[in-house]
Amino acid sequence: MELKAKAFKYGDDINTDYIISGKYKFKSNDMEVMAVHAMEELDPDYYAKMKPNGGFLVAGTNFGMGSSREQAPLVLIHSSTKAVLAKTFARIFYRNAINTGLPVVECDTDLIDDGDELVLDLTGGVLRDVTKGIDIAIKPLPPVMAQLLADGGLVEHFKKHGGFAL
Amino acid sequence: MSAISGKTIAEKIFSAHSGTDAHAGDIVIADVDFVMGQDGTSPLAIRALQNMGVDAVFDSKKVALVIDHSSPSPIEGVSALHTMMREFGKLTGAKVYDVGCGVCHQLIPENGHVVPGDLMVGCDSHTCTYGALNVFSTGVGSTDGAAAMASGKLWFKVPETMKVTYNGALKPGVFSKDLILYLAGQIGADGATYEAIEFDGPVIDELSVEARMTISNMAIEVGAKAGLMKADAKTLAWFAGRGEKTPNPVGPDADAVYVRELEIDASTIGPQVAKPHAVDNVSLIEEVEGTPIAQGFIGTCTNGRLEDLKIAASILKGRTVHPDVRLIVAAASKQIYLDAMEAGYIQMLVKAGAAVVTPGCGPCVGTHNGVPSDGENVISTANRNFKGRMGNSNSFIYLGSPATVAASVIEGKITDPRKYFEGGEA
Repeated sequence: MELKAKAFKYGDDINTDYIISGKYKFKSNDMEVMAVHAMEELDPDYYAKMKPNGGFLVAGTNFGMGSSREQAPLVLIHSSTKAVLAKTFARIFYRNAINTGLPVVECDTDLIDDGDELVLDLTGGVLRDVTKGIDIAIKPLPPVMAQLLADGGLVEHFKKHGGFAL
Repeated sequence: MSAISGKTIAEKIFSAHSGTDAHAGDIVIADVDFVMGQDGTSPLAIRALQNMGVDAVFDSKKVALVIDHSSPSPIEGVSALHTMMREFGKLTGAKVYDVGCGVCHQLIPENGHVVPGDLMVGCDSHTCTYGALNVFSTGVGSTDGAAAMASGKLWFKVPETMKVTYNGALKPGVFSKDLILYLAGQIGADGATYEAIEFDGPVIDELSVEARMTISNMAIEVGAKAGLMKADAKTLAWFAGRGEKTPNPVGPDADAVYVRELEIDASTIGPQVAKPHAVDNVSLIEEVEGTPIAQGFIGTCTNGRLEDLKIAASILKGRTVHPDVRLIVAAASKQIYLDAMEAGYIQMLVKAGAAVVTPGCGPCVGTHNGVPSDGENVISTANRNFKGRMGNSNSFIYLGSPATVAASVIEGKITDPRKYFEGGEA
């Protein structure tokens, strides 16, 4: 699977309240409605910037810290975020992203600037910064998670195998 | 890591629940003893179950849904999600704790759904609270929760463990909230990511079970998967009369391998305050004293227990909340609410000027019950102070102990609570 889009760069310790605020997440189960508020606390224009052509959310350390809300990866998916690239991720968000089918990639995001054109080949494990003309090393997913992502998330894995088959 | 080395609490609980000789770093599929969801997360879990084609839970006695985050419902969208939860309860037999019962993290242990030695997951990040009760409990998302509700199993990476030992003794006016805020300030919001923490030492031994829960509750605020403590006589006494399950206490081996060990002298710690907009933005109370506040909040899964209300009432008894300040109080459960009325704490708080709201999460999650106005400062006993957390991005949240909040609402500014305690320094 090859993903191609622009980088939208943000900082460290982005918590799930910033990805989708509690004041919205309780109101609806419809993620298309909620997605317009994605990342609103940090960047009110996130949805407008990301939605038309898709993009990579590029961040620093501890992305997705805080609450267990699965609305966080879901609103990113529904705002056409193709993948999240960060130096490190918080544990629950990382699992939720894989379970819902949002690719998450650990890499040295200091090498990437806002607006860079990126190509991510998840199968081959290659991230290329086309603007800078460099390949960036990415940390491979643990095999269990690679299998879940390959199955299309945990729901699809359960449907396919009738339970855990890891 | 050698297979013959001793085991941590986490390694022992995962070994017992996966039928393997589990060590840190191993991936295991483990049996879970209980699965919980709340009203912000259960609707997505129910949808995930529907998408899986599953219409039953693995054991209706081992699944509960709690309506606490936005309860009673403030708007029709939430009402519809609550209805979805109640219908799921009727369909599957899973227990639904409805409006007024309280916060999930109080209700699950209070009703004996978990006991020492158990492994449980909850669709809420503060599920780590029951680590204080020797339960390996951790927060998961709705889809993981759905998989666990369907199968009674979940996959886990067995975590490495960091050991935090609190030595010395707490000074008057200093509480378990100050101990965990201090740790957050020391190691940061990702200081224990992917790890379990074992909290130990004479200070932990001295704390009540309730006060211990405050510490484990905030393990997630340093990124930890669990915040575990040993079960002692106090723990076992706390569980007496709470359900039919038999506790199976699990302690670490003497030669357990820790990824890191941290020793903290509690005698040197004063009241701590986390400043906006991060839980690890911690300072001594002296540095923020005098900061004007417009609202105080005492409650939540962190500090909404009887002992917390008692401390607040002891300070506010016969005094009044500053005229420019609102004080909101929410007991963590209906039982605590009743006990606090029986003891007279609620009356003392109300007479002092508090507005008591329904047992539940209250204004902590920004849906209702006290959304601050633009530019206002709030002092709260909650566990998070992220921008917008209480429903307004233009307000500022400070976190402290119930004593700090009570002392502050009297004066209308952040106030050192030690002057209300014998031997206090302030």
